[in-house]
Amino acid sequence: MQDPNAAKDSAYWRHNVLLMLKLLAVWFVVSFGCGILFVDFLNQFRIGGYKLGFWFAQQGAIYVFVVLVFYYARRMAALDRDFGQSDNDSDQPS
Amino acid sequence: MELQTLTYIVVGLTFALYLGIAFWARAGTTSEFYVADKGIHPVQNGMATAADWMSAASFISMAGLIAFMGYGGSVFLMGWTGGYVILALLIAPYLRKYGKFTVPEFIGDRYYSKTARAVAVLCLIICSVTYVIGQMKGVGVAFSRFLEVDYDIGLYVGMVIVFFYAVLGGMKGITYTQIAQYCVLITAYTIPAIFISLQLTGNPLPQLGLGSTLAGSDTYLLDRLDEIVTDLGFREYTTDVRLSGLNMVAFTLSLMIGTAGLPHVIIRFFTVPNVKDARSSAGWALVFIAILYTTAPAVAGMARLNLMTTMEPRPGEYLAIDERPQWFRNWEKTGLLAFEDKNGDGRIQYAADAATNELSTVDQDIIVLANPEIAGLPNWVIALIAAGGLAAALSTAAGLLLAIASAISHDLLKGMLMPTITERQELLASRMAMALAILGAGFLGLNPPGFAAGTVALAFGLAASSIFPALLLGIFSARVTREGAVAGMLCGIGVTLFYVFQHKGIMFVPDTAFLGELPANWFLGIEPNAFGAVGAVVNFAVALSVSRITAAPPASVRELVHNIRLP
Repeated sequence: MQDPNAAKDSAYWRHNVLLMLKLLAVWFVVSFGCGILFVDFLNQFRIGGYKLGFWFAQQGAIYVFVVLVFYYARRMAALDRDFGQSDNDSDQPS
Repeated sequence: MELQTLTYIVVGLTFALYLGIAFWARAGTTSEFYVADKGIHPVQNGMATAADWMSAASFISMAGLIAFMGYGGSVFLMGWTGGYVILALLIAPYLRKYGKFTVPEFIGDRYYSKTARAVAVLCLIICSVTYVIGQMKGVGVAFSRFLEVDYDIGLYVGMVIVFFYAVLGGMKGITYTQIAQYCVLITAYTIPAIFISLQLTGNPLPQLGLGSTLAGSDTYLLDRLDEIVTDLGFREYTTDVRLSGLNMVAFTLSLMIGTAGLPHVIIRFFTVPNVKDARSSAGWALVFIAILYTTAPAVAGMARLNLMTTMEPRPGEYLAIDERPQWFRNWEKTGLLAFEDKNGDGRIQYAADAATNELSTVDQDIIVLANPEIAGLPNWVIALIAAGGLAAALSTAAGLLLAIASAISHDLLKGMLMPTITERQELLASRMAMALAILGAGFLGLNPPGFAAGTVALAFGLAASSIFPALLLGIFSARVTREGAVAGMLCGIGVTLFYVFQHKGIMFVPDTAFLGELPANWFLGIEPNAFGAVGAVVNFAVALSVSRITAAPPASVRELVHNIRLP
């Protein structure tokens, strides 16, 4: 751990964890929140023929999941660049 | 052309394609055999992961489950897609950075213990074997239903095909066949869905069609469906909760973290060139999965409506027995659909009340299998469904078999029993392990043990309660010790198996279920299939407590954890 980059590495890790927690909060809200826990409340609204809560449970949550994963990949790629983290396969299989 | 001939041609062509790929993508090194030499493009890996992931259950059974459960079926939709968010954010990039061949290998290194590695191999084999039995059964059933050959012969043919590309090509061969299999299965799934959506709503996109008005009227499809099912005494389609809100949360969570802990899915992310690709590849996998998973609820709702209107063509007037459509008669022969005219009025009353209901059998699988016939689609579409179902079952079976084979040859043999073998010997050993795994899976497919039914959901519970917590803690805590991890995995999987056994019977032998399958005895009303979430909580609690009272991991482990966190 006498890495001269220790401070930079831990800043990188903090950014990563923070981003992760934010995205997981969204993940929780759209699936467990909108799709299950608050489904009755949301069902009084409509999106086309869908009751809103039902739409989240069978369509909406899945679309949001896709966006979350790509957003994370993009933000992390940018973070890797900012922190100059190498992105090569350094550890070849033995 | 005869449907039978056409089905043979379509299935034969797809099989020839898989064999061609097998020959072209032979593996020459252990790295090619285990991880396709880490040279797979992230989009290709996403497609292969989608096929690896979507099994016979997703392809054939899921839409049917949702059709009869309505809103309650959402647990499968959210659970089996939401898991990819966890996988992409919390697991895949770090294990790719670790950069070796298997999941137990990571657990062994991170927890500096061969015992931990052996326990991980044990958990992996329990999860993967329960899962693979369902796939082998799916292959046999698809053959017997569409090609009218014996279940046994169908299974042998499936085994031979998998044998070729999995033993020859390992991960490399499996990856490229899975890409082809994804294309086959997604085409087979979406074409009938598009046609049915067009017929019912005039909208070609099933995802939008489900939320549209019925063609030629201004009533929304879902409102009509709610009205017609409640008229016959069923619960309202769009609000029918599965047991309880808490149970739905537990079931969804169990499927999600199970997804993120299933080794055959995780190792797919070892095949891409770097960490950045592992992250985006998870996104592509989810896109390819979402195409099927957002179509499935539309297929479910529309097929349910079609079924209801077939059974009750005009309000209050049920289907006359001698007016039943041709597809109805076709599927009666398979035993998946049956009626009984209890009151002898020459009509088939369909009702929620078992005493008056005359549609005595309506198997959930019929929703996908009979869909093209109900919509009056041409024979080649029906033939495509057969090829799609086989592609879904074979691709998942191959992925599972590779996970099992590499755990045996790489973790047990090379890692523990015979560490001195050369790479050539290990490659040979991994091919032999693969061949043995196929024979074993085939044997279990021919003689399905009592627990074969409903095992897919159980495999998720087991992975959720054993492997997932060990991986998550291994990455996000440098303080969890080998004693903690081993105790956590054993308690997690133990508690889950115990709960399932006490309600469903020891090894699923019904008479040994000492608490009975009574919802009254369920812990907080949670059904056995959803118990993996509770098992995972137990695993976390045990691992963290035991780690507090045991000696901290050595510096080399802190170094390892530090390294996998940086790309």
